[in-house]
Amino acid sequence: MSTTIRVGWRASVGLTGDVLAALPVPLALPLLIALYYGESPLPFLAAIAVSLALGAAFRSVQDPEQNLGPREAFLAVAMIWFLVAAVGAIPFTVAGVGTVAHPVNAMFEAMSGLTTTGATVLRDFSLHSRSIMMWRQVIQWLGGLGILILATAVLSELGVGGAQLMETESQTEDVNKLTPKISQTAQLIWGIYFGLTGLAVVVYFLLGLAVDPQMGLYNAVAHAFTSVATAGFSPEPLSVGAFHPLIQWAVVPFMVIGSTSFVLIYFAINGEPMRLLKNEEFHFYLGAMATLATIVAVGLFLDPNTTFGAEGTVRHAVFNVVSIVTTTGYASTDYVQWAPAAKHMLFMGMFIGGMVGSTTCSIKSLRWLVAMKSFKRNLFTAVHPEAVRPVRISGKTVDEDAIRDIYAYLLLSLVIFFLLAIVIVVDAERADARVDEFEALGAAATTFLNIGPAFGDAGPYGTFATFPMTTRAVMIVLMWVGRIEIVPVLVLLTKTFWTS
Amino acid sequence: MHVVVIGAGEVGTSIASSLASDHEVVVVDVDPERAEQLKYELDVLTIAGDGTTSDIQTAAEVGRADMVIACTDNDQTNLVACGTAKTLGDGFTIARVKSTDFLQTWNRSEGAFGVDFMVCTDLQTAENIVRVIGLPAAIDVDPFAGGLVQMAEFEVDEESPVAGQTVLEADRYESLTFVGLFRDGEMTIPRGDTGIEAGDRAVVVGSPESVQGFATDVAPETTPGRADEIVVVGGSEIGYQTARLLEEIDFEPRLIERDADRARWLAENLPNTVVMEHDATDTEFLAREHVDEADVVVTALRSDEKNLLISVLAKRLGVDRVIAVVDSPDYVTVFEEIGIDIAINPRTVTAEEITRFTYESVAENIAVLENDQAEVLELELTDGCGLVGRPISEIVAETDARFVIGAITRDHEIVTPRGDTVLRPGDHVILLVETDSVSAITSMA
Repeated sequence: MSTTIRVGWRASVGLTGDVLAALPVPLALPLLIALYYGESPLPFLAAIAVSLALGAAFRSVQDPEQNLGPREAFLAVAMIWFLVAAVGAIPFTVAGVGTVAHPVNAMFEAMSGLTTTGATVLRDFSLHSRSIMMWRQVIQWLGGLGILILATAVLSELGVGGAQLMETESQTEDVNKLTPKISQTAQLIWGIYFGLTGLAVVVYFLLGLAVDPQMGLYNAVAHAFTSVATAGFSPEPLSVGAFHPLIQWAVVPFMVIGSTSFVLIYFAINGEPMRLLKNEEFHFYLGAMATLATIVAVGLFLDPNTTFGAEGTVRHAVFNVVSIVTTTGYASTDYVQWAPAAKHMLFMGMFIGGMVGSTTCSIKSLRWLVAMKSFKRNLFTAVHPEAVRPVRISGKTVDEDAIRDIYAYLLLSLVIFFLLAIVIVVDAERADARVDEFEALGAAATTFLNIGPAFGDAGPYGTFATFPMTTRAVMIVLMWVGRIEIVPVLVLLTKTFWTS
Repeated sequence: MHVVVIGAGEVGTSIASSLASDHEVVVVDVDPERAEQLKYELDVLTIAGDGTTSDIQTAAEVGRADMVIACTDNDQTNLVACGTAKTLGDGFTIARVKSTDFLQTWNRSEGAFGVDFMVCTDLQTAENIVRVIGLPAAIDVDPFAGGLVQMAEFEVDEESPVAGQTVLEADRYESLTFVGLFRDGEMTIPRGDTGIEAGDRAVVVGSPESVQGFATDVAPETTPGRADEIVVVGGSEIGYQTARLLEEIDFEPRLIERDADRARWLAENLPNTVVMEHDATDTEFLAREHVDEADVVVTALRSDEKNLLISVLAKRLGVDRVIAVVDSPDYVTVFEEIGIDIAINPRTVTAEEITRFTYESVAENIAVLENDQAEVLELELTDGCGLVGRPISEIVAETDARFVIGAITRDHEIVTPRGDTVLRPGDHVILLVETDSVSAITSMA
C-alpha cells in the first residue's frame, strides 16, 4: 500500500521561496544603517545571501499546475513564519556579540521579534550595534500585521489564493473584502499600517525635539516600528520608560490604534466612523482596558511602596495595561516591583488581546465577547429550552459553527498555556534554576500569547536568558504556534492532512 | 371605467364582483372552466387564456383599459402581466404580490415592473393584525406613504390623561401632529391652545410608533402596553411580518415555529422577538411557557385546521384575545362563531385593499372623515407645484384653504412639519383638508 501525499506542497514551497527572496528588501534598512554608522555590514549581507539562495532553491520546485487551496495555505503559512524567523536570526549569530550570538538565542530573538512578542534574551543592550538593534525593530514591523497580508499585497498574482492565506493566517471566518480584488484590499490595509507608522515617526520625533533629546530620529523610527505593530522591542534597556512622560503618553494611542480592526479604521477614514464607534468588539476592548487601568491605578495609589505622584500613577497604570492588553509589551516602569494585586491585573490582561483584524495577538476581544454572549444565551435557553436565540455581535448574528470553533480555540489556548507553564517549572527544576509558579505562568502566557515581558526575571527590564536553553527552545515553537493561531501548525501534525 | 382583472381566484372574483355593478369589467383566467363558470356568477366578460400574453390582453382590450388588476396566486405572473399591459396602453396597473422582496424593490423605484400600485398580501394582512392588536381603541386607522405614516382617529376616554389638556400639552411625541378635533360632530382644526375634552374625537398623523404611544395616552385601558404578552404562533410570512411590525412599535413578541431552520432564520431576522422552536399544539409546552397568561395570541400557521385547533386551545387556556389567520374565506364566520375574537382572511384583506384603491382617486391616497367634513390626502409634490420651495407658514398665510400638514416623508424618512419647514419636490405630504378646500389644495399641488 502506498500512501500518496495529497497536499500540493510544491505550491506552498514555491510561495515560501517567493517570500524569502523578497527579504533582502527589509534587510536593506539595517544594512544602510550599518554603513551610515560605520558598523560591520557582514551580518546583513550574510542574511541577504542566505535568503536569496533559499528563495531561489524553493522557487525552483514551484509547480504552476498546483493551486493554493486550504491545505497548501496551512503549510505555506507555517513554513513562511518559521523560515522568515530563521533567516532573521542569521544577523544575530553572524554579529556574534552577547547572549544572542548562540543559535538558539538568536532564533528566540528573531521569532520573538517576528511574532511581535517582544520577549528578549539580550542582557546588556549597550554591547550591540545600532544596526543590529534596528534589525530587531524591523522584524517586528514586518510581523506586525502579518507577513502574508504583505505578501498578498505585493504578489497580486496570488489572486484568490491570497484570501485563503489571509484567512489562514488570522484564523478568521472570512476576510472582509473591501475591494473586489483581494490584493487591493491587502494594499489598502498595508497602506493604513504604513501611514500610521509614518505618523508615529513624526509625532515621536517632534516630541523628542520638544522635550527629550534622547528621542532622536533613530529612536523615533525604532519605536514607531514596534508601537503600531503592538510588538514591544525597544533599543532602550528601560523600554519606553527611558523617555519623557509626554512621549510615554504619545505612545498609548498608537498601541490602541494598532490593536483596532484595520478594516474598521479604513471605514472610519472613509467617512463611516460609526461602523467603528458602534462596534461591540471595540467597546469590549476599550472597556476591558479602562477597567483594568482603573483597578491598577487605585491599587498603586493605595500601595505605600509606590510613589509615582498622581500623574505618574495614572500614566503607569494606563501605559502598562494598554501595553499588555494590546499585546505590545513595552513598559514605562519596572512593574515587577508592584504589589501582587496590580501585577495580577496585568497577568489577567494578557489573555484579553485587541480586536480581530489588527496587529494584536493573544486570544482577542471578539472571541471573549462571543463566548460570553453565547454563555448568556445558554443561561436563557436553560430556562426556555425551546427558545432559538442567535448570538449577535453589533447586530449581526454569529454562525453557530463559528461559536463552536471559538470555544474550541479558547480551550485549546488555555490548555497549551497551562502545559507550557508546567514545562517551564519542571525544566527549571531539572536545570537547577528556580522559577516560581507565578513567574512560570507569566512567562508561559507572555510567550504563547505573544505579549513580551512577564514577571520576575523575565520582567520588562529582565531577560529570558535566565531560563534554561531547552525552555527557550519550547518557547520558540510556541511563539510560532501562538502567532499563527494554533490551527495551521497542529493540522500539519495530523495524518489526514497529508494523505486523505 | 374599463377594468381588466387578471386571475379569477378568490381575490379576483371578489374584486370583480365589487366593481361589476358600476364598471365595465373583463376577467381573464388561465382555466377555461373557471372562466366559463364566472360568466354566470357575475355580470362580466370572461376570457380564458394566459393573461401575461399580449394576444390575450389585446382580446381583453387592455389598450383602452383605465385599470389593470393582476391578482393571480403567482407573483411573477402578476408582475409580467402588468409589464405587458404597459406595452399595450397606459391604464393604471395594480399587482398583488406575496413576496415582500418585490414590494421593497417597487418601493425603491415606483413604477418598477410596470406596476403603478402594489399590494402585498402577507404584509397587508400583518398590518391589519398589528392594527387590531395595537390600536383596539382607534375608530379608524389608515396607512400612508407605504406604511411610514399612520392616520388614526380616537375617541378620548374619561380616564385619559389627555382629557382636559390643551393640544400643546398632549402632543408629547416628536413626529405626531394633531390634525383635527371633532366635538359633537363639528370639526375644528386644532391650535396649540385648543382644549381637549373627554368624548372628543382626535385625529392624529405620525409615525406608527408615535401613534401607538398616543393611543396609550388616550385610551390607557384598552391599548396594550409594552409589558403585554403577545404570542404569534406560526412563522409563516404573515407570522414573520406580524412580529416584525410589532417590534417596530416597541413590542417584544414571542413567536413559536416548529421547523428548526425556519426558526433559526426568524430568530436571526427578529432581534427583539423570542423565537421558540416547538410544536404549538403541545399543551404541556404552552403551559410551561405560560402562553395561557398571554394578552394576545395570533395564530398564523399555514393550515386553517391547525389555526382553529390552537385558537380554541388558547381560548380554553384563558387567553384574552385570539386573532386567527384563516386562509379559506368560508371559515371566517365559523371561527368567529366558535368564539375566536377576530378571524382575518388574507385574500379578503387584499381584495378590500384593491377595491378601496379603485374607488378612490387614482393619484392620491385619501381617507374621508366624519360624514365627509374633511379628507386626509397624500400628495406627491412635483417640481413646478405651488407648494414647493417655501416654508409652510408662508403657504398657510397666503391661502384661504383650511388645512393642516400632518407629516412629510422625504426619501422614505419622516420629516416632522414645522412652520419653517420648506417643502421640496419629491416629498410626500400627508395633510388634512376641510372638504370645501380640497380643490384649492389639489390645484396648488
